[in-house]
Amino acid sequence: MSDNTHEHHDVIAEIKKVTIILSVLTIVELILGFWMIGITSPGMRLGIKGVIVILMMAKAFYIVAYFMHLKHELKNLIMTIVVPLALFVWFIIAFLSDGNSFKELRNNYDPHFKEQATIQVKQEEGAHASDEKGGAAHGEKATEAKKEEHH
Amino acid sequence: MSNVTTASTKEAKWWNGGKSPFDVEYGKVMMWYFLMSDAFTFGAFLISYGTVRFSTNGWPDPNKVFKSFPFAPEGVNAPLVFVSIMTFILIVSSVTMVLAVHAGKMMDKKGVVRNMIWTIIGGIAFLSCQAWEWNHLHHEGAWWGMNPFINADGTASTTNFTNFFFTITGFHGFHVFSGVVINIIMLIMTLTNQFEKRGHYLMIEKAGLYWHFVDLVWVFVFTCFYLL
Repeated sequence: MSDNTHEHHDVIAEIKKVTIILSVLTIVELILGFWMIGITSPGMRLGIKGVIVILMMAKAFYIVAYFMHLKHELKNLIMTIVVPLALFVWFIIAFLSDGNSFKELRNNYDPHFKEQATIQVKQEEGAHASDEKGGAAHGEKATEAKKEEHH
Repeated sequence: MSNVTTASTKEAKWWNGGKSPFDVEYGKVMMWYFLMSDAFTFGAFLISYGTVRFSTNGWPDPNKVFKSFPFAPEGVNAPLVFVSIMTFILIVSSVTMVLAVHAGKMMDKKGVVRNMIWTIIGGIAFLSCQAWEWNHLHHEGAWWGMNPFINADGTASTTNFTNFFFTITGFHGFHVFSGVVINIIMLIMTLTNQFEKRGHYLMIEKAGLYWHFVDLVWVFVFTCFYLL
């Protein structure tokens, strides 16, 4: 019985520790998110986004390893789950670079696509939340759709 | 030769038959495999979102889109505040779920009931937040096929932004809803002493795996849509 309560305290201590780690990681993510609002430099923004992605992976690790208890399972079970999920590394690299290359191709060979990215929408449209402005923005969408059709 | 065999059986004894090579019961292995397939579904959604975002020249700034808060005056500028509350609700409900699973291992019925009730309340609170946010965005003119927001650089945005947002957060919200229903069933089964009669609370562990997975997916959805 005393062995049981000892184990009980260990488990509760681990849950407390992981809760604190997850909260701290989330708070750091949010601080970075708030900090990024004022930053315009693309390189700096990319760096912060990289850090946020690393923190996201850390959070995912703590949830799977401790809350879902995977770290304390047998290695056989860990491998049957983690190895197939490793496919995601390939998926992400392949699809994101493919998307980026599609954008580059269209910017090089589709003048309409490139021009679209330079036309500024008038600032009052979509900037605020009232109904008539929503309607105006919707109308704006309609003209854009027509342009695409024309193209 | 026989020496070698005995040495290797010590290593490989899990695969010699007679017991699960994973040392967990059947239902739990199947729950893990289901969650893996679900992870691939969510992964496909999020990767297609990323691909479209990478193939588009401009994209709306999430801080300009998700900046409202319930009961705040119209036009309030509070980026990240509401979604951080939603994130913490889900983390806390995940913690109470771990505590329920642990109480189940200790055969502590009262602990299971108390923590399951907190987990259900957390799930319902999250769903309410999401319902409010969807309703608010819909009033702003955002829906599938409708995007009132402009890109961060001031150019016209496409409906890809709202389509992906509503599809992926909707699919996640549906998972939260299913999780709440499963948790309510688990609570009723606990209250009617079904697990006491079986002599174990393994069903709570399986429901717990599902609930943590819902929290795990939110970590990715929250980061991809609100922070990046």
